[in-house]
Amino acid sequence: MTPSDYLTACLLIVGAVFFLAGTLGLLRFPDVYTRLHALTKADNVGLGLMIAGLAVQATSWAVLGKLLLIWVLVLLAGASVAQLIARGALHRGVRWWRR
Amino acid sequence: MAALSSLAWLIDGLLVVGLLWLAWRALSCRDLFTAIVLFIAFGLLMALAWVRLEAPDIALAEAAIGAGLTGALLLAALARLQSADADEVITERGAGRWWSTSPLPWLAVSAIAVGMGYVVMSLPAAAPGLSHEVATHLAASGVGNPVTAVLLNFRGYDTLLELMVLLLALLGVWSLGGMPLHIDTHPSPVLDTLSRQLLPVLILVAAYLLWAGADAPGGAFQAGAVLGAAGVLLLLAGWRLRTGLTRLPLRLALIVGPVTFVIVAAVTLLVEGQLLAFPTEHAGLLILIVETAAMLSIGATLAALFMGGHPDNQQVHR
Repeated sequence: MTPSDYLTACLLIVGAVFFLAGTLGLLRFPDVYTRLHALTKADNVGLGLMIAGLAVQATSWAVLGKLLLIWVLVLLAGASVAQLIARGALHRGVRWWRR
Repeated sequence: MAALSSLAWLIDGLLVVGLLWLAWRALSCRDLFTAIVLFIAFGLLMALAWVRLEAPDIALAEAAIGAGLTGALLLAALARLQSADADEVITERGAGRWWSTSPLPWLAVSAIAVGMGYVVMSLPAAAPGLSHEVATHLAASGVGNPVTAVLLNFRGYDTLLELMVLLLALLGVWSLGGMPLHIDTHPSPVLDTLSRQLLPVLILVAAYLLWAGADAPGGAFQAGAVLGAAGVLLLLAGWRLRTGLTRLPLRLALIVGPVTFVIVAAVTLLVEGQLLAFPTEHAGLLILIVETAAMLSIGATLAALFMGGHPDNQQVHR
């Protein structure tokens, strides 16, 4: 394994940890708003780290561009959909969690 | 290598278990909304399964049409079931557990399962298939992607009939009546911004998929599904076709694909003496023309299906 392979492995593993944390939050947090918070924020970072890990292995600028485009599109979709779901829940009167 | 292959086995096993579990949950759960969400998740896992089977063309189609647009259509149908003018709100399936229903459907399903199992078991162990034939004649097809070569050249009439089926489905939906009216009085600014940002990207992706389809996974159906998704996004964000556009322009967009295909088929029948027999030197260009027209029609048809009714009659419900 070359140093860049080690870098890729590290970034992928750290990214997977973020995905795991986001999924844990989705399963364990008390209401829709906190679950959205955990899921979208953690997954965006996790995907960013995974994209960075794969970008290290990219053999051409075109592949790099496609990888970055995937991340930007998921960021855009994730942020917007989280807002839309939270808005829908708020309109339907879903109460937020209080301790 | 052993660790890698056991990891692949683990992933494949998880996929199979997940697919079966999701399919069972989607079929058995009472709440229709949950069932649709499970169906969409099933489609996404199915796309992954196609990737594992090294069929990226089908994976793309499954993700775009099977999970994405079918899911959107089912959700739109559910919203229509729940609309205010319905006599009762339907969100759950009929009462009664599956074991208390008539045994007849279960017998029929079991018979089909046994029959299909018998057919699969009686297949020859090593089926040669037609991939060798396709590979031999790929140079004459005008494209480099064997899937596109089969869909548009070797078995072009299948694709032509698929376009007709899509058009017939839309006619069926239109014959059900006018467009349901659920105009959001407060369209979310986020959705509005998102649709404005994504629309050019979606058009670009559709064009890329169409162009790449000649030599890589992609093609008219995947590109058309992306265009259809763009239409669904616009409809969700509150955009509507102007009444001037719902008549002739919409109908032209719906039929340009099938009509172009039929014209090409007729010309090849007259010139070459055989239906959809493309001359090798023009095959690439002809396929590109047919696919571009088909992409436009598929996109327009899928978006029109999502509208859920005849666009001319939308005032009826107002």
